[in-house]
Amino acid sequence: MSESRAVLEGPDIHRALTRIAHEILERTKGADEVVLLGIPTRGATLARRLGDRIERFEGVKIPVGSIDITMYRDDLRLRPARPLGRTELPPDGIDGKTVVLVDDVLYSGRTVRAALDALNDLGRPTAVQLATLVDRGHRELPIRADYVGKNLPTAKSEKVKVYLQEIDGRDAVLLMKEGGR
Amino acid sequence: MNRHLISAGDLSRDDALLILDTAEELARVSERSIKKLPTLRGRTVVNLFFEDSTRTRISFEAAAKRLSADVINFSAKGSSVSKGESLKDTALTLEAMGADAVVIRHSASGAPHRLANWVHGSVVNAGDGTHEHPTQALLDAFSMRRRLGGLDGRRVTVVGDVLHSRVARSNVLLLHTLGAQVTLVAPPTLLPVSVDTWPCEVSYDLDAVLPKSDVVMMLRVQKERMNAAFFPSEREYSRRYGLDRDRFARMPDDAIVMHPGPMNRGMEIAAEVADSARSTIVEQVANGVTIRMAVLYLLLGGEIAQ
Repeated sequence: MSESRAVLEGPDIHRALTRIAHEILERTKGADEVVLLGIPTRGATLARRLGDRIERFEGVKIPVGSIDITMYRDDLRLRPARPLGRTELPPDGIDGKTVVLVDDVLYSGRTVRAALDALNDLGRPTAVQLATLVDRGHRELPIRADYVGKNLPTAKSEKVKVYLQEIDGRDAVLLMKEGGR
Repeated sequence: MNRHLISAGDLSRDDALLILDTAEELARVSERSIKKLPTLRGRTVVNLFFEDSTRTRISFEAAAKRLSADVINFSAKGSSVSKGESLKDTALTLEAMGADAVVIRHSASGAPHRLANWVHGSVVNAGDGTHEHPTQALLDAFSMRRRLGGLDGRRVTVVGDVLHSRVARSNVLLLHTLGAQVTLVAPPTLLPVSVDTWPCEVSYDLDAVLPKSDVVMMLRVQKERMNAAFFPSEREYSRRYGLDRDRFARMPDDAIVMHPGPMNRGMEIAAEVADSARSTIVEQVANGVTIRMAVLYLLLGGEIAQ
């Protein structure tokens, strides 16, 4: 019924995150005043991995947190109420910082729109950037990523599923044809 | 989850845990500078209060407003109800105004259940007669879980006027669902006849139960419902069933004291016990807003089943 193919394996994800960590350091000139905020569930895990890498490369510990966007979604009324994820801000907050939002898959851009609204209620960052492991296209809003692990051309009927060691017991990105899940 | 919240007994263990977990995340909203979420924008919540209540009504109102719902407060005093309007006609009026949820407090047990048959929106029971008060039980369970870590196997003692208490009934049902062991302690005159069918133990001796309790919940002596001689005197009640300093000292060191409020200091609970660090009475109020946000979100936040 559904056929799936791995587009990224563990080592690919590893390399993509390493590159993104370097890019963040480069663009923010040493990640000074940077806060990484992951969008649960897998975005939060990716944010932690990026934080670890940046610490390893430059010896700076940057604040990592998570931002749940469920209450800000624009499609809440299309489905029964969903459980909430965790919002956890670093102790120093996000005022005056450069926030890098981290998500696993960038698709319509609606999740990021919701995250921007949520950020607005949490503080006033100097700048907001976006990092994503996979950009699969089909944007419905004027949103783009600053850091992309892999640009993945997809059809709308396909699904992209990210597996991460911490949650799923393995690292992989799968592309699934036709409605499989 | 069900479309209505009428009885704590209607909640499955998964439903109850979902509400508590949702509340746990929402508790963080109360700690930030902008304590508001856009989730229920455009939804209307009607607070329909046929019986006096300050804290429950304000708590529901704060919860709905923090989720950006529109709130209409309707109290029976000075309304069409005092002119003789029936519950059903009031319900139909609210329906015509487009209420997505009706939060009802009524002196008659079963009123929310009746109301649920007449309106399309969700009905939330905010206390009906001597029957149930499910959001109170949820906030109590939430307060216990936050203090004790979990509810499985915890021993909860509920002391006082069980007969007139909707809080006790809802708590027994919910805590049983969540795996806690409840013991009711009261004079025989203040226990309902059907109490042997409830999923809990019953005792008449507070001093025997106290040392084995993780939570001691004191109920208010409801003077407005004391229309018969349930006990000889307030002083005698207080001596046998009041939580004073000596009894408090005999509780396990990490046990907590709860009270749904409003309290009669010096009657069922001594002032210094109520104000001690092991009392959750003030927390319960804050947790009330949080748990009601969780309930309103789960009932109204998603697609509304028809």
